[in-house]
Order: sequence, then C-alpha cells, then structure tokens
Amino acid sequence: MSARRVVWIPHAVLLAGLGLVLFPIYVAFVASSLTLRDILDTPMTLVPGPEIFANYRNALSAGTISTSGQPVAAMLLNSLVMALAIAIGKIAISLPSAYAVVFFRFPLRRVCFWAIFVTLMLPVEVRIIPTYKIVADLGLIDRYAGLTLPLVASATATLLFRQFFLTIPDELVEAAKIDGAGPWRFFVDTVVPLSRTNIAALFVILFIYGWNQYLWPLLVTNSPTMTTIVIGIRQMIGNGDAQTAWHLVMATALLAMLPPIAVVLAMQRWFVAGLVESEK
Amino acid sequence: MATLTLDAVRKSYGEREVVHGITCAVADGELVVVVGPSGCGKSTLLRMVAGLEPVTSGTVSIDGRVVNAVEPKDRDIAMVFQNYALYPHMSVYDNMAYGLKMRKMGRAEIRERVERAAAILQLGELLGRKPRQLSGGQRQRVAMGRAIVRDPKIFLFDEPLSNLDAQLRVQMRVEIKLLQQELGTTSLYVTHDQVEAMTLADRLIVMNAGAADQVGPPLALYERPATAFVAGFIGSPGMNLLHGEIAEGGVAVDGAMLAANGPRQAGRAILVGLRPEHMELAPDGPLPLRVELLERLGADTILHGRLGGNGPVMKARVPGTIEPTPGETLHFTIRRERVHLFDRDSGRRLA
Repeated sequence: MSARRVVWIPHAVLLAGLGLVLFPIYVAFVASSLTLRDILDTPMTLVPGPEIFANYRNALSAGTISTSGQPVAAMLLNSLVMALAIAIGKIAISLPSAYAVVFFRFPLRRVCFWAIFVTLMLPVEVRIIPTYKIVADLGLIDRYAGLTLPLVASATATLLFRQFFLTIPDELVEAAKIDGAGPWRFFVDTVVPLSRTNIAALFVILFIYGWNQYLWPLLVTNSPTMTTIVIGIRQMIGNGDAQTAWHLVMATALLAMLPPIAVVLAMQRWFVAGLVESEK
Repeated sequence: MATLTLDAVRKSYGEREVVHGITCAVADGELVVVVGPSGCGKSTLLRMVAGLEPVTSGTVSIDGRVVNAVEPKDRDIAMVFQNYALYPHMSVYDNMAYGLKMRKMGRAEIRERVERAAAILQLGELLGRKPRQLSGGQRQRVAMGRAIVRDPKIFLFDEPLSNLDAQLRVQMRVEIKLLQQELGTTSLYVTHDQVEAMTLADRLIVMNAGAADQVGPPLALYERPATAFVAGFIGSPGMNLLHGEIAEGGVAVDGAMLAANGPRQAGRAILVGLRPEHMELAPDGPLPLRVELLERLGADTILHGRLGGNGPVMKARVPGTIEPTPGETLHFTIRRERVHLFDRDSGRRLA
C-alpha cells in the first residue's frame, strides 16, 4: 500500500462523515434564506436565496403566528437563563457536596453518598408528578425558579467531582493543614482551582443538557412569555390551524444552535489549557 | 529553637497497635533520624508529631508544652513530604508564601522571607514557575523552601529524598545536612535508607515492627548494635548473621571455631554477627569461603561465598586489587572484639 493512499483513506472517511453531518444543516440554512413558496417547491433549490436577513429579523423580533407572535429573541433569552441557571446551579451545589463527602468524616457519610448516588437512578421523568406538585404548591409555575430548581438537584456532577477529589493526594490536604489553611480556604485556594478542567467540561455538558430540556419546561410554563426555544420550535411546526412557516422555523433552529456552539468553543480553550496544565 | 520530647508514644488502629511506646528527647538543634524498613511505624510516628494522626497514648511535647491536642498549624512545625505535596496550580513563590499568607503576615515581609529562602536554595530564577515545570530536585528544594520560610520550631522530613534518582539523592542529602546545621533547627527525619540515616543523623532511632530497637549516635549503633535487627540494618552491606553456638573459648559456626567475647555458656544457641568489612584475608584463617559471586565496586570488591564450601552464604569486603575466581576457596579471620553475639530467640545483644 503506497504512503499516499494511506494518507487519503482517513481523509476520505472524515470528509464523508463531515458531509453527512453538515448537509442537513446546510439545507436548513438554505431554507432559512428562502420564501415559504420557494421551500415548498420540489425539488427545493440548494442555493441560498435573498430573504436571509428578512427571515432572521422576522423570527427574532416577531416569531410566528403559531407561537402567538412570541419573538424568538425572548425564547432564546428564556433558554439561556434556564441553561445557565441549571449549569451554574448544579456545579455550585455539587462542588461543596462532593467536597463534604470526600474530605470530611461525619456520621452517616456513606448514607449521604448513597442517597446522592441513588437519585441518579431517578430521572426527571420518573419523579415528574410529585415534582410538579411541589413546584405548583410553591407557586413557582411560570417562573424561572420553577423552571430550573428541580433540574438543578442531581447527582451526576457530584459523582464526577467526587471521583476527581479522590485523586487529590492526602499529602496535599496535610500540607494545607500544616500551612494553616482551614477547610474553607483549602476548598477555595486549592480544590476549586484544581477542578477547573472538570468544571469547564461539566459546564458544557450541563449547559447543553439545560438548553435541550423539553418535557419539564413544557409542563411548568404556560405563559407564552416563558416559552423556551426548544418548545418554541415545536410549537412553530404546524398544528393544523396555520401553515407552518418553514423559513422561520429553519432560521429559529439555526439560531437555537448558536449558544451551545458558543459555549463549546469558549470552554474548549479552557479545558485544553487545563489538560496541558495537569500533565505531570 | 526548640526541643521535642516523645514520652511513651503509642498508636493503635482499633485493636492493632502499630507504635509500641516510643520515648525520645530531641535536643535543640539536633537532627534525629528515624530509620526502619517499610511498615515499621516510623511515618506514623512522624505524623503524630505533626498532628496529622492522633496519639493513642503517651505525650508529644514541643518546648515542654504538650501538643497532643494542638492543631498541626498551631504546633509551629513544618513538614517536607515524600511526594513534596506542592500546590500544583500555584507558582513556586505562592507555594512558599502560602503558609505565611495564612498566618496573616504582611506582604513585604512575606516577599523578603521568600526571597531569602529562595536565595539559600538557589531558587531565585524559578519563583515564577509552576511545580510541573520543575525537575524532581527543584521540586524537592521548593518543598524545603516552603518549610524554611516559616522559620518553624521543628522540621519534619518524611522520606524527602526517596523520589529522587540515586545521584541527586546523595547531593540533596549533603544539602539538607548543611542547611540544617546552618539554620540549627531541631529536626526529625524519617527514612528507610540506612546510608541516608547514617550520614545525616546526629542520633538515630532504629525502629523495628513499631518499637525502637536502639537509639544513639550512628557510630555507636554501628559498633555496638543492641539487637540482631539493628546489626543487620545498619551498615552496608549488612552484617552477616549466622547460626552458631557458644563453645569452649569462643563460638562455633558451621564447623568453624572463632574467638569471641561473650558469656561462657557452652552449647547455648546464638546468632553470630560478622561485618563484611571486618573479614580479613588470612591463609590459615578459621573461615573458609568458597567464592560464588563478586560485586566489584572499584576500590573494594564484595565477595559472596559459602562457608565451608556448602554452608550459609556470607559476604566479605576485600580490596579491589584481589581477583579471586568463582569456585576458589579463600580463608578469612576476624578479630575477637569484632565478633557480635546475639540471643537467637530475642535477638538481644549478649554482653
């Protein structure tokens, strides 16, 4: 086998894979730049059309009839608030709880750990009715708090941080004790900075998890002003009364992809730096 | 400037006692080395002094004050760890300054102290680096620096050189000794390396299975080991310990008769200790060794041979100029005052 062919094979495979992934996105992009009439033509053209700016402006500021004219910009903001609150909330809760489980000896420590662990086996969907009842009783329907709090409490991040904390050598804890750093200082000065890479990776995962939530926001928000982008897209797609405005749906779908992409790109620099740093 | 006193210090984990009552007084400015094989409880002892392990019974006192219930940070000690335990995300400067910051020292004084310590340890150029950018020897120095900036009453060293390669270990050993002499800080140093222990120590504590077999200056331990364990542990290569028994006018070892000082109880089963470096070549000597293997060190050669041709294996240090061939039999003798006798059951030295 010649060297040249060896180089080409992986490239060809990669290009084919890239094509498979990117082509539908390209079609969506083209559709978002056409009028509805052009989209419904068969076959649809694959050349971007002239309506691109009008479509995006329309979607961002006015939405569609089927979303009661709720602008996409507002939905994006709702989703952003929800995703950020979930990601930050989960990290903020799981860091200290993992710290407690790993570094402190207290009665029922094992029980606490297993209690956290067991909640992993109860996804949101399973506990949805009691959760809904509690949120409703607390008067949190149609509020950001109701949207995010039930999703913040989960064990995945705690478990991940626990695994990482277990790799921190005991000597480091002891050195800090002798240096005079109490538990809180050790947490702030050593544990959190050492967890940066993990925090960045988790943030990406949790942000996307929050961004893509569907069932819970559907249940807990009734007011159109609280609609999130994922639900908004679903509502835009025909329910019989009105013709689906595909050009706006496609524009909205592409807009909905941007924040997660931005988060991945921003955090990537962090965890690449983190990976290089932790190398010993 | 401080003294450290251990009084019958014991440590148990549940039913299992791992340190069986160590008593020792470390004088001001003295460097005491605790040496023993792994698992003998030496690190546990050090950690009790540091306050990282609670003392089960007995007392640890620093400068006459019992510190059993005092937090590590309030004991005014500094510790150098085996794996250095540097904060990986902090620069060398911050690593050294951290303990001072925690003690609310002013910025200017911290800077002055860190720079002084860095100068002593030749770390001046490296203050901005992270630990991962340093070699093993440099990390070791930073760990030392973190200890000395604090100007503590007592230094505690937990096998600080065992992660370094052999050459660096020898070099750092000398540096630690010089530094400790210069600073005059009372120190407790734990190691499993008997050469390191011998070269560093003002006094040695040889630990064996949780108990101190012998405490004393290195040469005293070398010359008059109190137990067969100390005899075998101190000195390199270790002392030959052979089964023998007391006979008229000496000891009998595997058919060979040696003159020795000791109790006159003919027939008593004992251990006979002969240091390899005390074995002297003599054509009519009482110890015939059939040569099996030679370790050539240059100036000397360590000869491994079987006593009487097929008896126990013994080592002898012979001048490097002698080139015996394996299979050949050489005769050795040993001066009577250099023959060590130990009880075979207890391992205790017999007068």
